[in-house]
Amino acid sequence: MPHAEFVWPEEGLARIPDWVYTSDAVYEREIERIFHGRTWNYVALEAEIPNEGDFRRSFVGPTPVVVARGTDGAVHVFENRCAHRGAEFCRQERGNRPEFVCPYHQWTYDLAGRLVGVPFRRGVKGEGGMPPSFRLDEHGPRRLAVATRRGVVFASFCADMEPIEDYLGADILADFDATFDGRPLRILGYYRNTVPANWKMYHENLKDPYHATLLHAYLVTFGLLVAGNKSAMIVDPKGRHGTMASARPDKLEVAPEHRREMRAFHEGLTLADPRILDYVREFSSPWSVTMQTIWPNMVVQRELNTLGTRQIVPKGPNEFLMIWTMFGYAGDSAEMTRHRLRQGNLMGSAGFLGLEDNEAMKFVQDGLAKSRGGAAIVELGGADEGTSEKLITEAAIRSLYRHWREVMEL
Amino acid sequence: VSAAALLRLEIDEFHAAYCAALDEDRIADWPRFFAADAIYRITARENEDAGLPVGLVYCEGRAMIEDRALAISKTAMFAPRYLRHFVTNVRVLGTDAATITAAANYLVLQTLVDERTTIQQAGRYFDRFVRVEGHLLLRERHCVYDTLLIDNALVMPV
Repeated sequence: MPHAEFVWPEEGLARIPDWVYTSDAVYEREIERIFHGRTWNYVALEAEIPNEGDFRRSFVGPTPVVVARGTDGAVHVFENRCAHRGAEFCRQERGNRPEFVCPYHQWTYDLAGRLVGVPFRRGVKGEGGMPPSFRLDEHGPRRLAVATRRGVVFASFCADMEPIEDYLGADILADFDATFDGRPLRILGYYRNTVPANWKMYHENLKDPYHATLLHAYLVTFGLLVAGNKSAMIVDPKGRHGTMASARPDKLEVAPEHRREMRAFHEGLTLADPRILDYVREFSSPWSVTMQTIWPNMVVQRELNTLGTRQIVPKGPNEFLMIWTMFGYAGDSAEMTRHRLRQGNLMGSAGFLGLEDNEAMKFVQDGLAKSRGGAAIVELGGADEGTSEKLITEAAIRSLYRHWREVMEL
Repeated sequence: VSAAALLRLEIDEFHAAYCAALDEDRIADWPRFFAADAIYRITARENEDAGLPVGLVYCEGRAMIEDRALAISKTAMFAPRYLRHFVTNVRVLGTDAATITAAANYLVLQTLVDERTTIQQAGRYFDRFVRVEGHLLLRERHCVYDTLLIDNALVMPV
């Protein structure tokens, strides 16, 4: 890629140039170095594929993969691309089957993604067919390394990745384990949406506690988050992952000294049915909310009692897909499940918080796409990086870009 | 005119009034189409087919429906937009003394400034109506959409 185009502003991490979000060349390098590089990518929950032969389609970066449970009980992840002509052969979203057959010429793969059958390999009546030198075990979709942690499945194109626990780091792992606390999960369902913005903005939005009290009037009006709540923006030592955490106060009201700064605050509005704000304390964690960004493609959402994973699937520099898997625990009572469903109104593309995030990111991408040569100002909290207990800081975004620039060599 | 045809007509009128409230941006009127104990849920067809209970929107009772209307009009941030609802293929599936069960196809078009009009949702309503003081009200509206991949944000109800 022509380097001259991609000069970082002299202010350093206090600026992020627009081309980070809009360049096709940068995006191609991200696939190679990040999604197909030394990263663990979220692909599924084990609760989605409990039995031998269970599978689901998924993605690593933009690349389609199949996640399947083999006859050995292990989880396998392999590219959803036939070795023959490249067809994306698994079209069913999820299901159970003994093997995968590409419908085009019926090349057949086992549950681990190994090529096990090629029709007419020896030809017909000794004529045609594959050359004798063609060996099944030398062909097949790329098979990925797999790691699982507390029922969460990660995959990597890199064969010698460190263990997932080391990849996450102790601080991120602590909150991850608070959500995936060993109770078996119950899948409640899926949301899917596009966001017409660069995929990194989703990470940045969840490394930006500043926006939460300003954009999300719902949170502040109904007292779920206010400036002054105990909170933290936790960052792993490499700056990739983050946990935006806050602890709900016992009393849901906004201190008068904070109201002036928060235009989003609407005095006097109350909910007719405030059950959506209820918090059943069920976690071993000081935080009532932890929104975790696991680099490069995962969000773990624990907002009170609404739980979910989000998978980021980039579609070029200007758009990504979000696949949300909402879950509870297998032992939940019927009322607890309904509580999680009611609280789910906060999340997703129609959620009181979710829709605003998606709209705000679209506004940013629109702004970048329609202008030239700009850069974002990332100066809240000075030049601080890493974990912070302040809300009004962009330290975690600077940490992310220190890491990104190192990996991208930009 | 048969009683069945009259009921069909009454349901058609109900859909038209419901859609007009949403298309004319009268979100505060939207809860009035529901009975006090109504369930309103929007979910993707993949969830419905798999028996998964999640709602992209999930309201238990008219109070929650009112709260959603309040949030949309008073707290939510979103770009200005026009919506246009179309309801067709209305079918009455069953009636008993208290309830009328019906279904219909729906289509919602969305128009944003600077952008082409898009299909925001294609789906099917599964409705249970009750009659309160002579008028039909929704005891349950279950919106199941085929358009699995939602374009960015679903701001208004369907």
